[in-house]
Amino acid sequence: MCTLEKRGDLFLLTLTGDDEHRFHPDTISSVLSLLEQAKSQSTRGSVLITTAHGKFFSNGFDLAWAQAAGSQTGAVNRMHQMVESFKPVIAALFDLPMPTIAALNGHAAASGLMFALSHDYVFMRNDRGVLYMSEVDLGLPLPDYFAAMFAAKIGTSIARRELLLSGKKIKGEEAVALGIVDSAAHDSVEGVVDATVSLGQSLAAKKWNGEVYASIRKSLYPGLCAMLSLTAKIAASP
Amino acid sequence: MCTLEKRGRLFLLKLTGDGEHRLNPTLLDNIRSAITQIRSDPSSSQSVLITTSDGKFFSNGYDLALAASDPPLRAVMAAKLQSLVADLISLPMPTIAAVTGHASAAGFLLAMSHDYILMRRDRGFLYMSELDIELVLPAWFMSMIRMKVVSPAAKRDVALTAEKITADRGLEMGIVDSSHGSAGETVEAAVKLGEEIVRRGADGHVYGRMRETLLREVLHAIGSNESASNGVRNSGSKFWSSSWRTSTWSAFLLLPRCVGRSARF
Repeated sequence: MCTLEKRGDLFLLTLTGDDEHRFHPDTISSVLSLLEQAKSQSTRGSVLITTAHGKFFSNGFDLAWAQAAGSQTGAVNRMHQMVESFKPVIAALFDLPMPTIAALNGHAAASGLMFALSHDYVFMRNDRGVLYMSEVDLGLPLPDYFAAMFAAKIGTSIARRELLLSGKKIKGEEAVALGIVDSAAHDSVEGVVDATVSLGQSLAAKKWNGEVYASIRKSLYPGLCAMLSLTAKIAASP
Repeated sequence: MCTLEKRGRLFLLKLTGDGEHRLNPTLLDNIRSAITQIRSDPSSSQSVLITTSDGKFFSNGYDLALAASDPPLRAVMAAKLQSLVADLISLPMPTIAAVTGHASAAGFLLAMSHDYILMRRDRGFLYMSELDIELVLPAWFMSMIRMKVVSPAAKRDVALTAEKITADRGLEMGIVDSSHGSAGETVEAAVKLGEEIVRRGADGHVYGRMRETLLREVLHAIGSNESASNGVRNSGSKFWSSSWRTSTWSAFLLLPRCVGRSARF
């Protein structure tokens, strides 16, 4: 399902297997526990890189599992359960005392895109993979913290409209032009992973204090962090 | 420490000498007196302020060595800078920072407290150094960064990558308005821009109130910081009452500025 590997200063979190890496209560709790592991092992110069195998980075919540509840109420409850239990995963990424980089091997949709955007740097491929907020097409409203993420991380109203209201499937080049990802200059999985490893190593070399880093990160997104019940641990000097 | 010169309708505030222009209590007091002098000038509502410096540095931030030797001074410098920035935000005239040297941390913040940043491209960088020296950024700094650095990637590059930003990179990021070949050319361009603004004839009082409204979040962050005491509340914050009476036609006077950097506010 997912693994955490250490390569020198770099933590590599991988969603394994050739499937859609949908977020289901089990995946959510595995990812959360690996993030907690990375946090407990972090030192100066640690960096997290997150990637996945196959055609998908993640295709969002496990809607099939929700529908398997057998009733409308049951399905809604399961959806709600996933939305609520996913919040700590996002919070854990914002709280992580090290720089974070998402290396998108493939498609990132809905909560899968949220997962990607929770990283400090996002790289994707230019030959494969789209970014897609499927909610408008599926008739699902956005959870409040999803909306707050878009306000925080996507800078122009045009980009937000394209993703959230137009339901556009955005490829690498356009994602860079819209300012959604940092780079899409890679035409293979190896290319994107190598580029993130390279960035990771240059960030690791700064030997930053992880607690200070996380504190500065959280203060960049106060609205979203308040919603995730995150506060800066270090009292800011005036 | 700093000098104030009047050139026609332009006020030229210069941080003098070849040092780092560290924002210690004395320099901050000198700058604030210069601003008070500017406010009391009868032609101030038809003027422009240009802030620049001598030497290799615009300002290298707070005097951290002084704070290390006398810890209470850290809060004093912070209070005085907040007071100065509140003063600049309410100043009844457009402000231009002619950045001819490095601007780091509080020095970068000081540059950002101006409406326009013109910078030399051959030397010098803007640098939010806090992460590199293991300091957290104060909430009111973050508020200014959020207001003035709009794209999420650029905000991250400023605060979380602690990038050393050259003039041309600053242009790309939407932080710098224009870049110039040398210190002299930067100041000349600032003077030219200042004269152009004066020719437009906007009412400085209206301008100042508009800026207060636009940067209201920063003023709130400054005002709610407990270590910044009475000095802040007294420094020209009339934004509560009079902004709403500002007539809409005067908003058009700010339009060319906003269109040119539409993402700024």
